[in-house]
Amino acid sequence: MRRVVALTAALALVLVLAACGGGDDGDAVRVFAAASLTDAFTEIAEAFVGEVTLSFAGSATLRAQIESGAPADVFASADERDDGEPFALNTLEIAVPAGNPGGVTGLEDFADDGLLLGVCADEVPCGRYARAGLASAGVDAAIDTSEPDVRSLLTKIEAGELDAGIVYRTDVVASGAAVDGIAIPDDHNVAVTYPIAALTDAGEDFVAFVRSDEGRAILAAHGFETP
Amino acid sequence: MLVVLAAVAAAYVLLPFAALLQRAPWTDLGDLLGRPVVTDALRLSVTTAVLATAVSLVLGIPLAWLLARTEFRGRSLARALLTLPMVLPPVVGGAALLFAFGRRGLLGGPVYDSAGFLLPFSLWGVVAANTFVAMPFLVLTVEAGLRGADARYEDAAATLGASRWTILRRVTLPNAAPAIVAGAVLCWARALGEFGATVTFAGNLQGRTQTMPLAVFLALESDRDAAIALSLVLIAVSLAVLLPLRDRWLTV
Repeated sequence: MRRVVALTAALALVLVLAACGGGDDGDAVRVFAAASLTDAFTEIAEAFVGEVTLSFAGSATLRAQIESGAPADVFASADERDDGEPFALNTLEIAVPAGNPGGVTGLEDFADDGLLLGVCADEVPCGRYARAGLASAGVDAAIDTSEPDVRSLLTKIEAGELDAGIVYRTDVVASGAAVDGIAIPDDHNVAVTYPIAALTDAGEDFVAFVRSDEGRAILAAHGFETP
Repeated sequence: MLVVLAAVAAAYVLLPFAALLQRAPWTDLGDLLGRPVVTDALRLSVTTAVLATAVSLVLGIPLAWLLARTEFRGRSLARALLTLPMVLPPVVGGAALLFAFGRRGLLGGPVYDSAGFLLPFSLWGVVAANTFVAMPFLVLTVEAGLRGADARYEDAAATLGASRWTILRRVTLPNAAPAIVAGAVLCWARALGEFGATVTFAGNLQGRTQTMPLAVFLALESDRDAAIALSLVLIAVSLAVLLPLRDRWLTV
């Protein structure tokens, strides 16, 4: 019996210490950011003076979470329809596995039934823009999968499971050697404006940092243009 | 005290359903349910779940028999490995399937290069993903049923001159029938709800690979009413199958 009491006391002590010693999470700025901002915002968070917790997902998923009451101090979206100040610009690009095994040259190849082609789902901005670009180019696309977010699409392209996909230019940059990019002509492309909004006072400093020279430099290094 | 805890457990499970029903767009339901995105997803979900269960029965019952009735070294390890998909996060399972059966996969690569056959991004890809995550449920249930069945009936049949195939067909399987039915139901239910492995391995395309869970996930982002309508359909279909089978299901 005494052993049980002693063990329980020890467990309680461990739990209390774990709760105390886990770092001051109460002060961390909680940033919700679109999936395509993963690499850029990870670097920005490291450069930021202060604790930052990052959540990356599709813009629509994040918006739904925030509307349902998820605690967030900053919302950086890839969807122009969301509120906030524009802080970055992105364009679409065709991504192919390194070496371009499918021999893709442009949007017209998306009509080829023999190739494995992917875009993002219509519910996420990347997918909407991609379909708009294909429609504008008059291509009757033979899409094999519309992925729920840009990162899962990119993973399949990197792995060679897809011959081509339409992603953001920043994603092509982020993938480095694993993926080659094929530019999409301006008249079938979009300039995607990313808005950022501070949802609480705690987020104001972070937003200011993102829009500062240092933040803009980091964004540019990852392939974004800054307004 | 037990009753109180049981009531809490029941309330915990039932409250989300009540909330779903409360939010349901009853007036628009008819219109929402007629949309192609709903009918396509439902058709695909039911078809792939049934196919996955069929494959699981054909492959899983022999496996369960092997695990229950034969002795071999490393049997415990084999059982642990073969039921790993049950505890593995489904997305991890899907990624592993891609590495094995994808176009650049261990087996999928050579098959694609020689025969042009590819599982991902097709209906059979969904079936493959469903089978991977759901078959262990069937294997475990049937194995437990076989273990619990009295082997002396089989011995008696053997002494009366029955061949091994006859024993299997006329004694073993009928004895294990409740377990097989229960296993099949669990397998079907798990396959119906599968999301992570499906989207990672088979992709997402309406009419070809977009099952109900996928459709609900995407609809939640843009059209919450449609998402709730889809969820209600999924719940209704599941209940329609589970309720009539409840006696058999519960007696395992």
